[in-house]
Amino acid sequence: MVVPSFGLLAQSILSGIFLGGMYGLVGLGLGLSWGLQRQINLTHFGFVFLSAYLCYQGATVWGVDPLLSLIIVIPVFFGIGVVMQWALARFRISAFNSLLVTFGLTVVIESLIQYVWTADFRKLHSAYGEIKFTVFGLYVPLPEFLAFVVSATLAVGIWALLRHSDLGKALRAMAEDAPIASAFGVNERAISLLLSGTCIALAGIAGAMFALTYTLTPTQIFSWVGVVFAAVMLGGLGNPLGPLLAGMIIGVSEAIAMTLFAPSWAPIVSFSLLILMLLFRPART
Amino acid sequence: MNPKVLGVIVAAGAALACLPWLGVPAFYKSFFYLLFHWVVLAVSWNILSGYTGYFSFGHGAFFGAGIYVTAFCAVKLGWPFLATLPAAAAVAAALGVGLGAIVFRVSAVRGELFALLTLAVTFVLATIILNTPIDGGPGIYLLGVNLPKLGPSPNASIYLMGLATATATVLIAYLVYVSKFGAGLFAIHDDEDVAEVMGVPTYRFKLLAFALSCALAGIAGGIHAIFISYITVSEVFSITVPLSVVLMSALGGSRHWIGPAIGAIVITCLLFFFTAGDSAVIGRALFGLILVLVILFMPQGIVGMIVAKWSALFRSSAFDTEIEHPRPATTAPTAPPVPRFDSTKTLLRVEGLSKSFSGVKALQDVTLGIRQGEILGLVGPNGSGKSTFINVVSGHFPADRGHIVFEGREMAGLEAHDRAKAGIARTYQIPRPFAQMTVLDNVALACMYGVSGLSRPAARREAEVHLHFAGLWSRRLAMPDDLNLHQRKFLELARALAARPKLLMLDEVLSGLTPTEIEGAIAMIARIRDQGTTIVFVEHIMRAVTALADRIVVLNHGAVIAEGRAEIVMNDLGVRTAYLGAAHA
Repeated sequence: MVVPSFGLLAQSILSGIFLGGMYGLVGLGLGLSWGLQRQINLTHFGFVFLSAYLCYQGATVWGVDPLLSLIIVIPVFFGIGVVMQWALARFRISAFNSLLVTFGLTVVIESLIQYVWTADFRKLHSAYGEIKFTVFGLYVPLPEFLAFVVSATLAVGIWALLRHSDLGKALRAMAEDAPIASAFGVNERAISLLLSGTCIALAGIAGAMFALTYTLTPTQIFSWVGVVFAAVMLGGLGNPLGPLLAGMIIGVSEAIAMTLFAPSWAPIVSFSLLILMLLFRPART
Repeated sequence: MNPKVLGVIVAAGAALACLPWLGVPAFYKSFFYLLFHWVVLAVSWNILSGYTGYFSFGHGAFFGAGIYVTAFCAVKLGWPFLATLPAAAAVAAALGVGLGAIVFRVSAVRGELFALLTLAVTFVLATIILNTPIDGGPGIYLLGVNLPKLGPSPNASIYLMGLATATATVLIAYLVYVSKFGAGLFAIHDDEDVAEVMGVPTYRFKLLAFALSCALAGIAGGIHAIFISYITVSEVFSITVPLSVVLMSALGGSRHWIGPAIGAIVITCLLFFFTAGDSAVIGRALFGLILVLVILFMPQGIVGMIVAKWSALFRSSAFDTEIEHPRPATTAPTAPPVPRFDSTKTLLRVEGLSKSFSGVKALQDVTLGIRQGEILGLVGPNGSGKSTFINVVSGHFPADRGHIVFEGREMAGLEAHDRAKAGIARTYQIPRPFAQMTVLDNVALACMYGVSGLSRPAARREAEVHLHFAGLWSRRLAMPDDLNLHQRKFLELARALAARPKLLMLDEVLSGLTPTEIEGAIAMIARIRDQGTTIVFVEHIMRAVTALADRIVVLNHGAVIAEGRAEIVMNDLGVRTAYLGAAHA
């Protein structure tokens, strides 16, 4: 263990916050569909990466800005989410089986990505990808900052929507007791299609941000599963702000662990947090 | 247990053992080894996850632990290879037991949470191995390890070790499946709380199943280490193992001992034919796709479907014979007859019993005695704590404070299954049968884990007697979902009686029945008591309470407000106020 300088520690805490923003962004849609729909949709991870690769393809091959390609990605992914929910609802699938089915679908998506883009590392290069600015002597890379802003804006926006709009109230009523909510006039079918579409569209946005900041490789899909689940469960299911806050806690603890010990020890932080959470705070799930 | 099945498993193992001496090309030995490898992993996973329903996504962790124990002991400590296998099994089992000892105590960690937790454990273990001298990063080569000479060539030796492990694993899975232990595991699968209240030591059983499952995966890992001969953390702890075993068991049928083995063979062959061409990526996509299709269209798996078809045939023919030969029975074998009402002997004494649910006081300082052989009516408005009383006495919930003394023994600290063994049984207001067992097996389970603790065959025989008593014998092969409410209520009663309890607690058995059915049930409850069983009877139907109860106890807001003979208590001012409000009293 080496004692790092104050500047190095502050810089690593900042990068932990940015990493946490990413955890929160990837976990946002996952937590919403789990908490409000009792559906553990692992394909979320597949779609994050699919979107990231599409943005990469757009930027590198076709010369389209990754943020611009979201104009196509968001509606298409929304449509995919709607179709998937429609199919799952037809089969009246249980929460646990939704985990198995979406696990299978994720493997299919991963194979597809590997087939098209191979297992090599890919890095998207954009016009603003390398821009950094300095605040209080700390380096702030623009893509990371942008991803964090998007993550926080979406989380707060959806939180406000759930809390104050009629649609949000209908959603929360449905999460509490779907048959009773539909007896009171909540159109459960339409709302759950809308919610699934939104969740997958959120995965699409997360993917674009991911492509801007990280190097891509298909096998990473599963290495993000554990840590994002940790953030979602630590933050509380169905609460849009939860994954962001919990993600930041995990991100910062990982960053500190990396500075104090070695980078390869980092995964143990999130998974230990997840395990402790499952064992000692079970009531919240 | 069917000796023929044992014979077939052993004979198949022995026949396959001759293969290396028949001059089969090395390629086939490797292919068969892979079959054995996946059979061991899938079947061992199923012993915990299929039988009890605790789906683990962490089988790779225990398999990986086995790999690394063997690699570490053989390469870095220089142990002979065969000596490393017991160590691999022991370490994997110890990991499983250690994890289970914590996880199985937390009742909220079931289903998807257990699956995620075990997946997380895999990553933690991988991180530890990667960062410590066990691996350290570069991986371990096992090329220098000497193989024991079991067959004519090195790959024949690996083949034979794989075959021996696979045969042993299938044997163990079968023996567990047909044992009393196995019946308890399947009860945990269907409804763990009910299983515990009926006397199944759920915590110990889950640990034992987990230990068995992990130990076998550990051995499979140890052998696989020498087969692949170069191991790295990223390969060993990849998602492949948990994904494959879940898929194989789901495809084959996870509620049957042979299902995962069939699934393993089908998937391994499929993968082999598809990946033999060029692209492993297509193979993996196919994997995912099969998993999706199986869960959607064939949730019972191959073996599950065959068994369901076969038993449907069997069931329809059984019905024909039983209509011709009804066997009336009016008495149930219960505890030996005792004097009808022995006011001098207290069977259950409850003192100062309290229970709160996050601030709501469900029971406040309840003190009462239940005498040998009596029927005690427990009445009170909704929410007065009657069902909580039953839940706390049966051990479904722990008490916050107070004593529960049954036949002179303190029960308050005991787990629910120990109370069931001591002779306390209960029914649930909303029947909670084990949904995937036949009516007969539901009742037989109570015979196995109740006071008499019968063996599995004896339990089935005795269960038939209880089914006659409850008038359900003709429905013995039906599944609980096919019963109507009345029959489900009587199944609940038959199951409680089958435990041969000394104290039977009935939670609103009459609610929802028609007046004629109520008459029948009242007569049956009287008969149960006449055979010596003491009864606590929670009921809203006052006609039944006055007809049956020797004494009644009235609860309101969790406290006893009156106690005594029915006609006196019901005229008590406090009781009338509790039921009707002050103005009407």
